Parts: sequence; structure tokens; C-alpha cells
Amino acid sequence: MPEEKKIYNKGFVVAGLIIFITIFMFPFWYNLGKAAPVPEPVLTEKAKAAKECIEPKSYMKAEHMQILDDWRSSVVRDENRVYVSSKEKEFDMSLSNTCLDCHSNKADFCDKCHNYASVNPYCWDCHIDKPKENK
Amino acid sequence: MLELAFKGSKRYYGWMTALLAVIGVGFGCYLWQLSFGLGITGMSRDVSWGFYIAQFTFLVGVAASAVMLVLPYYLHNYKAFGKITILGEFLAVSSVTMCLLFIIVDLGQPMRAFNVILYPTPNSILFWDMIVLNGYLFLNVVIGWQVLEAERNSVAPPAWVKPLIYVSIPWAVSIHTVTAFLYCGLPGRGFWLTAILAPRFLASAFAAGPSFLILLCLIIRKLTKFDPGKEQIQTLAKIVTYGIIMNVFFLLCEVFVVFYSKIPEHMDHMKYLFVGLHGHGVLVPWMWTSVSLMLTAIILLVNPMTRKNEPVLAVACLCVFFGTWIDKGLGMISGGFVPSPLHHVNEYVPTIPEIIITMGVYATGFLVLTALFKMAVSVKEELSA
Amino acid sequence: MENSRRTFLKIAGISALGLSAKPVFNAFAVSEEHGGKKEAKVLPKKGALTAKRWALVIDTTKFKSAKDLEPIIEACHKIHNIPVFENKRHEIKWIWEEEFKHAFPDLENEHINDRIKSLPFLVLCNQCQDAPCVRACPTKATFKQEDGIVAMDFHRCIGCRFCMAACPYGSRSFNFRDPRPFIKETNKKFPTRMKGVVEKCNFCSELLAEGKQPACVEASGGALIFGDLEDPESEVRKLLKSNYTIRRKTALGTGPSIYYIV
Repeated sequence: MPEEKKIYNKGFVVAGLIIFITIFMFPFWYNLGKAAPVPEPVLTEKAKAAKECIEPKSYMKAEHMQILDDWRSSVVRDENRVYVSSKEKEFDMSLSNTCLDCHSNKADFCDKCHNYASVNPYCWDCHIDKPKENK
Repeated sequence: MLELAFKGSKRYYGWMTALLAVIGVGFGCYLWQLSFGLGITGMSRDVSWGFYIAQFTFLVGVAASAVMLVLPYYLHNYKAFGKITILGEFLAVSSVTMCLLFIIVDLGQPMRAFNVILYPTPNSILFWDMIVLNGYLFLNVVIGWQVLEAERNSVAPPAWVKPLIYVSIPWAVSIHTVTAFLYCGLPGRGFWLTAILAPRFLASAFAAGPSFLILLCLIIRKLTKFDPGKEQIQTLAKIVTYGIIMNVFFLLCEVFVVFYSKIPEHMDHMKYLFVGLHGHGVLVPWMWTSVSLMLTAIILLVNPMTRKNEPVLAVACLCVFFGTWIDKGLGMISGGFVPSPLHHVNEYVPTIPEIIITMGVYATGFLVLTALFKMAVSVKEELSA
Repeated sequence: MENSRRTFLKIAGISALGLSAKPVFNAFAVSEEHGGKKEAKVLPKKGALTAKRWALVIDTTKFKSAKDLEPIIEACHKIHNIPVFENKRHEIKWIWEEEFKHAFPDLENEHINDRIKSLPFLVLCNQCQDAPCVRACPTKATFKQEDGIVAMDFHRCIGCRFCMAACPYGSRSFNFRDPRPFIKETNKKFPTRMKGVVEKCNFCSELLAEGKQPACVEASGGALIFGDLEDPESEVRKLLKSNYTIRRKTALGTGPSIYYIV
């Protein structure tokens, strides 16, 4: 007997599919027409005066999370606490004491971009921001 | 086959909804724990493991006990168990599910749980526990599913399932052995530092698991058209009898060693549990209840007259289950932490949110158990119809 | 019908798996791209104090009462941002005082002399040679450094507390809640901890790297002596040679690196 190909419970299936797709695309509906401009990190006077970070800007922009990840393994697990950059400059590998020494404006330098990209690094649960602020 | 779990009576749906409600409340409390930290529990610096890990330990035993059905059927060709091995395997699946959930709710940083796999550390028993528990879960899901599906289609299960079944037998023993090794390999924790801990765990497992299974069989017989069988229940009862006697025997061995040697580091924990130490003893009434339940159960189970009487057997099984639950789910973990290694007596009592989260995990386990048993029983009903 | 649905589900499943694996491949691609180009290096800090195996000698004869220990405990807890909790269950401590019978429960002696009976003892992580906590940790979050220090990686700790069960000296504390609001005065150079991780004394690794002695030693006025146990010329070795010392629970074979002159 030739089997006829048809969808059973067609109404339910189609309605279900429509509901699923609507919910699945919720992020798109939700953010429709809300395109925000890409924020530009703000540099402090100290950071401006230094001209360059530990590595070139483009590299820092793309790789700072990887660098920090490497730093933490190096400091915590290997007791190697000094970073020698590709330009032979030495830095103490410390988020609070080195990075935030220059970039003491965490809200404008870090958070703005992180919020824009909707990333929520938990560095700050332990590492103290703005180490110089209350001095 | 899963569709069978979605077709049920009003009572079935009512029960599942009730479980979902408990899960919901438990999950709410868990979200609170997640945001506040484990400080909402009764655990402390001195008693750093509590109710969660104790339930985990107890349930590993229940999970391991599936082997008490699988082994007689597949190794000794005890045909009667063929009918109900699936119940043992599905009980194992739901128990291991609860075990894993209890581990997760006990973690301070659950979102980092995968670190155990990312940084494998073979010298840590917890690493091995992760492997054996997940392996056991996998084995029982696959075996249970394949065997049931084959039964439904009235064909023999695929040949590759057989080796998995044989592997699952020592694997069941391994899950409780490794779980015991978590505790008994620690220096400075005199209560657990005993080579008999793994055997003792297994003995109580082979009492608690099958006794629970007997109760489940009686319920299934009452609520469904599937009868797990009188002979099957009686054989399980004999297994429970041996299990509970071994468990009490091992306990008495411990009692002799610690009280005859009188080494304070070992004896003080036992004292704390059974008579209290330096005026502290919240668990004393519980422990004596546990002992009396287990002894009552032995009397009822050893005597064939009472064992063969199913209502009395049900009472005996309740005694075994709750007796061993107190022994392992209450005493075993806090007993090891009190007194502390510095000999301070800081007691542990679970808090209300901690108990609610625990109930949420149990409800999840029961949800899985009910759905799986529903499937199994429906297949059996289909076949007999 | 039955068959084609099955095939569809299979293909959909495999595609989903493939799509979810894409970020992994992307990550590999990125790290390869930058891996060869940069030639940055990491080095240990110059002027850092180093040893084959750090050890501490506590000269208890220099202490009269609990008052003498306070500044030492204070120094440690202050620089390491240790919170103070009202609730004793949540307590966190790196170095603290115990009576002799608690610090050395296996040396119980009811007729011990009055000085020892009334004298508070400083206890801290023993930095064991064969540390049970290192053995127990399922993620290597607790590990042994080359200088003998039992160190902790708070980033990796999953908070299973196996190490707390394993430690026979009660030296470990767990962050049962966010410690930050309970830190009286924050040392901005040292991180705090987050909830859900275990912590303990780190023998002041961060100070050793700067060429400084541990904070407790610095604050002890000579009662605590720190040095290399493997160096026969070190001060700790000289002290161990000329004084009778005891260690905590040596019968367990953990090999504590803290010695007490009594």
C-alpha cells in the first residue's frame, strides 16, 4: 500500500514552529533599532603620557584577555612575575598594580566596552580596581 | 519509547506536577544559595561537608545496588530477575542523577565544575569518582534502554549490550568503593580512616537499595497491571537480609576496634555519635533510632514467617531504608568532622534552605525515576495485554 | 516516514554539534596566528627570596601571653584582606592561636608545665612536604611550588572542599559568602577572594617575590624565624640544631614545615 506523505496535526506543528522561531529570535526583536555605537575606551592622562601599553594597541585590543589569562597562570602557578614585552620592556604582571595603575578609570576604560560586548569578567570579584584612588 | 512517559493517568500527572513544584521551590532556594554562597547552609569551617554530601554518599549506595539484580540474572542465570532487572537499572539511573546533582549543589563555584575535566588530576579521588559515576550513569542508561526496547519489540537485545552488562557489574562495586575512598584515605579523620569503610558502604548499599526496590515493587503492583512477582520480592528480601546483617556486623567491628583500642582520634567520633562528646550530641537520638531500626529489621527479615508476609516485609524494608539512611545520610559525614582535627566540638545542623534544596534534588530524582518506571511498566503492560 | 524523520534528526543533531564546535576551531585559529609573532617572555622577579624548601621556626619561649601574638595575626590578616565575620561558622583565618592541647592533641598531657598549659600557640598552614590537601584537590587548584610552599590558585578552585576534609590541621577556610563587605581595611595591593573558594596561608609568596620576609615573621620581633630548610647554613637550620623542636601531628607523615621551640 503506497504510503501517503503528509504532516500529522499540521495546525499544531505549524503554530508550534512559529512560536518557537519567535522566541528563538527574541534577542533580535528585543534589540531591534537599538544599535549602539561602538564605545571607544577613554585613556587617563597617565596612559596617554605613556604613549604605548605593554604591547601595541591593536594587539592589546584583541588579546588583552589572553594576556591576562597567561599572566595569571604565570604568576600564580609558575612564580614568574615579570613580563618582558616584545620591545624588551619589563612589567610586573599584576592586574591591579600594573594595568590599573595607568588605566585607573576602570568604568570608562574597561566596563564601557565590556558592557557593550556583554561580557562580564569576574576579575573584579577579587582584584581591586583603582588601587590609587583612595590614597 | 519516551512517549510512554507522557501518556498517563490523572494521578500520574498529579504526582509529576507535585514533584515539579518541589523542584521549583528547591531550585529557587538554589538560586539564592548561588547568589549568597554556601553560607545559607549549616556547614562551617569545621564541618565543611554536610547534608548534600551525605545524601550523595547514601544515594551512591542505592545506585550501586542495581548490581544485586543484574548479577544473579546475568551471571547465575537466575531467570526470575529477568522481569525486574530493568527496575534496578532505572533506579540506578535516577540515583546517580541525584548523586551528580548533590555534588553540583555542594560546589562553591559550580560554574567551574568542568575544571575537573580540563585539569585532570589522577591523584585526587574526586576525579575518579567523577569518572565512575558518569560511567555508571552512561552504562545504565544504555543498557536499560536497549534491553527495554528489545523487550518491547520482542527481539533479543543487540549483542554489544552483553559486554556492557558484564562491565556494569564490577563498575557498580567501583562507584561505592571509590566513594568510600574519598573519606577513608584522609589522614587525621579517625572516624573514616578504616579499611572497612568501603565494604561497610557496600553492605549498607545492598541493604538500602534492594529494600527500596521491594517497596517500589509493592507500589507498582498496587498501582499498575504489572506484577514484579512474589518470588522476585522474596529473593530481594533475602538479599536485604544479608545486606543489613553485614552492615550491622561491620558497624560492630568498628565499635570493637575503636572502643577496645581506645585511640581517642578514632573513638571520640563514635562517642560523639552515640553518647555525645563534651556535652554535644544532636545526633545521639538519631543514631540510636538508626540502630534500633536496623535491629528490628533484622529480626523481621531473618524470621521466614515475617519475611514472607508482605505487609510485614514492607515494614522491615522501611526500617532498613531509614535505618541506613540515618547511618549514612546523617551520621557518616558529620560524625567524621566532629570533633575537628584540633579537637574542637562544633556541631552541624542543616538549615531550612539546605533541606529544601535537598528535597528539590530528591524530587528531581523521583521525577526521573517515575518517568523511567512508567516507561518500563507500560512496556510490560503492553506485552501482557 | 519513520525512517526519514530519524535521518532528519540525525543530520540536525550532527549539524548542531558541528556549529557548536566552530568557536573552538576559531579559538585555535586565533592562537596560532598570534603565537609565532610575539616574542614576549616571562621571568621570575629579580631580588626575590628563594629557597629549596621554606620553613618557619616559632620560638614559643619568646611569648608570654595572647597579647604577644595579636600583632602577628593582625599583620597577616590585614595585608591579606581577611574578612571578620560575626558568624563563627563563616570564619576565615590564616594564622591564629590555639591552646597547646588543641594545637598538639596527640601530645596530651594533663600535668604539662604551667607555662605551656597557659601559653597560646600560633597555628597556620604547615606547608606540608607531602600535603594531603594537594593530593585531594581534583583540579590542581592547590599545588606545591618548587620552593615547598603549598599554594592555591583561587581562579581554578571549584569549592568542593575536599582539601578541607583532607587537612589534618584545620588550616583551611572556605568563603561561605562574599568576603568583601566584611574586610575592615582593604590592602589595595593584594586581591580579596570571592565566595565559594577555599583559602589558607600562602607563606607570603607575594612578599618573598619582593625580597621581603613573611608578614608574621616581620611582626614577630624575632620570635618567628623563616628560612631554607635545605640550606645547612640557614638560620632555621641552626636553630633546629641547637633547640629541641616539635611539629604538629608528625605521626601522620605529612612532614610539616613549621617547627615549634617549646
